Amino acid sequence: MNIPYLPHTDEDIRRMLEVAGVSSLDKLFSDIPDSISYKGRIKLPSKVSEAELRKELSLLSLKNKNADEYVSFLGGGIYDHYIPSVVKHLAGRSEFYTSYTPYQAETSQGLLQIYFEYQTMICELTKMDVSNASMYDGATALAEAALMAYNTNGRKKVLLTGVFSPETIEVVRTYTKNSGITVETVAVVDGVTDLNSLKEKCTEETACVLVQQPNFFGCLEDVFEIEKLTHVCGALFIVSVDPLSLGLVVPPGDYNADIVVGEGQGLGNEMNFGGPLLGFFAAKKEFVRRMPGRIIGETVDKDGKRAFTLTLQTREQHIRREKATSNICSNEALCATSATIYLAWLGREGVREVAKTCASNAHYAAQLITKNPNYKLKFSAPFFKEFVIETNQSTEVINKALLFNKILNLIDLGRYFPDLKDCLLICVTEKRTTQEIEQLAEVLGGVK
Amino acid sequence: MELIFEKTKEGRKAYTLPEPAKCEPGVPDKYLRRNLTNLPEVSELQIVRHYTNLSKRNIGVDGNFYPLGSCTMKYNPKVNEDIAALPGFAKLHPLQKEEDVQGALKVMYELEDMLKEVSGMDAVTLQPAAGAHGEFTGLLIARAYHNSKGRTPTKVVVPDTSHGTNPSSAHIAGYHVVTVKSKDGNMDIEDLKAHLNEDTAVFMITNPNTLGLFEKNIEEIAKLVHDAGALMYMDGANFNAIMGVTRPGDFGVDIMHFNLHKTFATPHGGGGPGSGPVGVKGHLAEFLPVPVVRKKGETYSLDSNLPKSIGKVKAFYGNFSIMLRAYCYLRMIGCEGIRKVSEMAVLNANYMKELLKKHYNLPYDKICKHEFVLSINTFKESGVRALDIAKRLLDYGYHPPTIYFPLIVDEAFMLEPTETEDKETLDLFVETLIRIKQEIQDSPDTVKNAPLNTPVKRLDEVTAARNPVLKYEKKR
Repeated sequence: MNIPYLPHTDEDIRRMLEVAGVSSLDKLFSDIPDSISYKGRIKLPSKVSEAELRKELSLLSLKNKNADEYVSFLGGGIYDHYIPSVVKHLAGRSEFYTSYTPYQAETSQGLLQIYFEYQTMICELTKMDVSNASMYDGATALAEAALMAYNTNGRKKVLLTGVFSPETIEVVRTYTKNSGITVETVAVVDGVTDLNSLKEKCTEETACVLVQQPNFFGCLEDVFEIEKLTHVCGALFIVSVDPLSLGLVVPPGDYNADIVVGEGQGLGNEMNFGGPLLGFFAAKKEFVRRMPGRIIGETVDKDGKRAFTLTLQTREQHIRREKATSNICSNEALCATSATIYLAWLGREGVREVAKTCASNAHYAAQLITKNPNYKLKFSAPFFKEFVIETNQSTEVINKALLFNKILNLIDLGRYFPDLKDCLLICVTEKRTTQEIEQLAEVLGGVK
Repeated sequence: MELIFEKTKEGRKAYTLPEPAKCEPGVPDKYLRRNLTNLPEVSELQIVRHYTNLSKRNIGVDGNFYPLGSCTMKYNPKVNEDIAALPGFAKLHPLQKEEDVQGALKVMYELEDMLKEVSGMDAVTLQPAAGAHGEFTGLLIARAYHNSKGRTPTKVVVPDTSHGTNPSSAHIAGYHVVTVKSKDGNMDIEDLKAHLNEDTAVFMITNPNTLGLFEKNIEEIAKLVHDAGALMYMDGANFNAIMGVTRPGDFGVDIMHFNLHKTFATPHGGGGPGSGPVGVKGHLAEFLPVPVVRKKGETYSLDSNLPKSIGKVKAFYGNFSIMLRAYCYLRMIGCEGIRKVSEMAVLNANYMKELLKKHYNLPYDKICKHEFVLSINTFKESGVRALDIAKRLLDYGYHPPTIYFPLIVDEAFMLEPTETEDKETLDLFVETLIRIKQEIQDSPDTVKNAPLNTPVKRLDEVTAARNPVLKYEKKR
C-alpha cells in the first residue's frame, strides 16, 4: 500500500523505531490516554492515484462556468483582468512559493526584496508614504484600518460613507463590534455620498470616515469634499481604492487620505472563486508604528551590503502578544509577489493605459446598452469601469439570455439593495473586446 | 541586488494591451491623476531575469530541508498546483450563480466533511484566511455562544507556551488575556484551576503543545474548563501529530482551527496565503460565519440565513484555491494514509530527538509528537546562542528550526522535520548539527559570525527599525 509523499521504507521504520527506543509505531502515541484514542479507521474516501485525481478534478472543474470559456462582465471588487504569462512563471518559482515567512533574512533576500518593491509600488499607485506587505483581502484591510483609527484617536464611531459592497460592510461590523465601536452609514443620493448627511453625522466622536473610490456602484465619489468634512471633525480619512483605477484616477495621497486600503486581486491574481485575494494597506508615515501586518525595510549587512529585512516587528503578535496592533500572522504574500511582477510588467505607462482602456470600454458599453430604451444608467455620477443599469426587463430573464449566449450573469443588485431590484452592475475590463461589448448590448437589447 | 526600479530606462515597455473601444474614458478632469507613477520601465526579459535572480536568493522546501518548528514545512505536492490552475477553478467569480459553480461548491462541501471526520468536530467553516484569522473567528463564535446564554464572561485563558497569535486574537475579539503556567512541559493543572472561574469565556490550548508534548491530562483539563462554564478552543497548528490517532472533538474541544497550509500540505507562499478553517461542536454550529455550504440531493447551495451567525470575517467564502489544494491532498492520502502521515511525522521527530539529545540539551526528555525543543544554553562560555547555530545552518544549506519560541525554554531551538523527509536527510542534518557543535569548541567565532556563504551576511536590524526605509525613492 503506497501512501504518497511518505519516503519511509519498512527497513527505515524498523531502524528509526530502534533509535527512538520505541517498539512499535503505536507506542509513539503511548502518551495519549487510551480513553481518547481513536479506534478504527478515519472515514475518508479511499486514496486515489494522481492520474485518477487529475481526471476526476478536471471533470469536476468543467461543472463550473469559467471566465475563459464564458465572457465575464462581473465585478464588484473581483475582476477579470488579463494576467500576463510572466506572472505565473515567476511567482510560480518554488523558491518563492514553498518558502515560509522570511524570518531568516540571509536566505530570504529574494522575497524580502520583492515585498520591498511591492511596498514601493503600492506607495507609487496610492501616493502614500508607507505600505505593509499585504493583508487577507480588501474587506479585512478596511476593517483593520477602522480599528487602527480607533486605537489612534480613541474615538468610537466609524462612519461608512458612499457605497460599499454588502460583504465589506459585514466584515467591518464583525471586526469592530467587540471593541465598543459603533458603525454608522451615511445616506446615499444618486449613487454617491449625500454630503449633507455626512456633514450631519461626522462629529467629534467620529474615529474615521471610510469611503470607497470608485464605490461599489462604480461611481466616483466627491472625495475632495468628503476629505474636508472628515478632517474638519478631526477624524481619520480612510479610502478604499481599486488599485488599477489609479493609473487614471487621482490617487488618495493627492487628497490627503490618512490610510489607504483596497482589494488588489486585479493586480495579476486569479479570481479563484473569491480567494485568495490581496488586501493592501498604506498610510501616512506618522502612523507606521500603528500599522498591522508585516513591513519590510532596507538596511545593510555587516559588510555594508544592501539587504532587506522584516522590520518594526515590535508591533506584531509574535513579539507583543496581546498588545500587538493586530493578530495577523500569515498574510497573502504570494499574491503580493504576483502583483509586484504584474505591475513591473505594466510599468509607468502601462498602468495608465490599462486603466484608460477599462474606462473607454466601460463607457462604450454604457453608451451602447442605453441606446435601447429598456435600459438606462441608474446614476448620473461619473464612473470608471463599472456602472449600474436599470431595466424594465426581468433581471432573471436577462441573466438567462446572457448565459445562453455564453456570457456570465451580471450582478443583480436587487439581491443586496431592496430599492435596486431592477438594477444590474456591469464591469468592463481591458480584456473585453469591442465585439464582446457589442454582443452584450445586443443580447440585452433582444430580451423581451 | 538592484531594485527593479533601478533598472528603469525611460520609454522602455514590457506590456501589450488590446485596443480600447473607440470611446473616451469619460472620467472628468477633476478626478484625473495629474502625474504618472514611478513604476518601472523595463523589458519583459529584464523582468524575467530580475525575478529569476531574486528566486536564487531565496530558499524553499523544494530545495532545502526546512525543519521550522510549529510551521509544518512539509512537501507541497505539484499535482495540487496544476489542479488549482485549471480554468474551471481559477477563473471563477465569487458572484456567479450557484448553478454555475457546482463543482467549486462540491469541493468546499466535501472538504468540510473530511475536516469534520478527521477532527471529530460537527461543523466547519472554511472562511478564515489563516490560523490567526481562525482563532479570531472561533473566539467570536464563543462570544456569541455565551451571549446567547445571557452570559458575558470577559477573560480568555492561554498557556505560557501558546503561539503569540492566541493572546493577540483574544485581545482583538475584545477579551482580557490571562496566562497560566506550564509544569514539566505540560499544563500546570493547579495554576489552571486558580485562573478558571465564571468570568472565563474560553481556554485556548495547543495540543500537542508547542514543546511537542501531548497534554495527557486533556480530559481533566476539558472537564475543569467546562465545569467553569467556559469553552475549550484548540489551536490546530500542531494537528499534524495526531491525525487518525485521536480527535479533538473526542477529547473535549469545542472549537478548533485547522491550518491547511501546515497540516494539509498547501504551500506557505513566502508568508501566505494560508487557510484557517474553524471546526465547532454541534451546539456552536448556529454561530458560524455566513454563508454555509448546503447540499440537497446532488445540488449545492450557499446559505446565508443563519440568524445567530457572527457575520462575515472575510469577503466571500475564504481562500478557495488553498482549500482545493488541501482537498486534493486528502483525496491522495485517503483513509489509508491519514494516520500514517502522523505516525511518520512523529517517528521522524523522535528519531531526530534521540540522536540529538546526546549532543545538545533536551530539557523535556520524553516521547515527543511531531516536534521537540532543544535548549541551546550549554555554550555560554563560548558565547554561542541559538541564533548563532541557526545562522550557521544557513551556511550548510538548511533552513533553521524555530528559535526563541516557546518562550519558556531558554535559547529555544524547535525542530519539526515533518513526515515527508527521508531518513538520509535527517541523518545528514543531525551530522551537521554535531559538526557545528565541534565548530563551537574549535572555532566559536566561525559560528558566531555565520552565515558566511549566503547572499548577504547578518543584517543591521537595529538601524532598520530606528530609521525605517520602507520604500524606494528615486534619487534626484
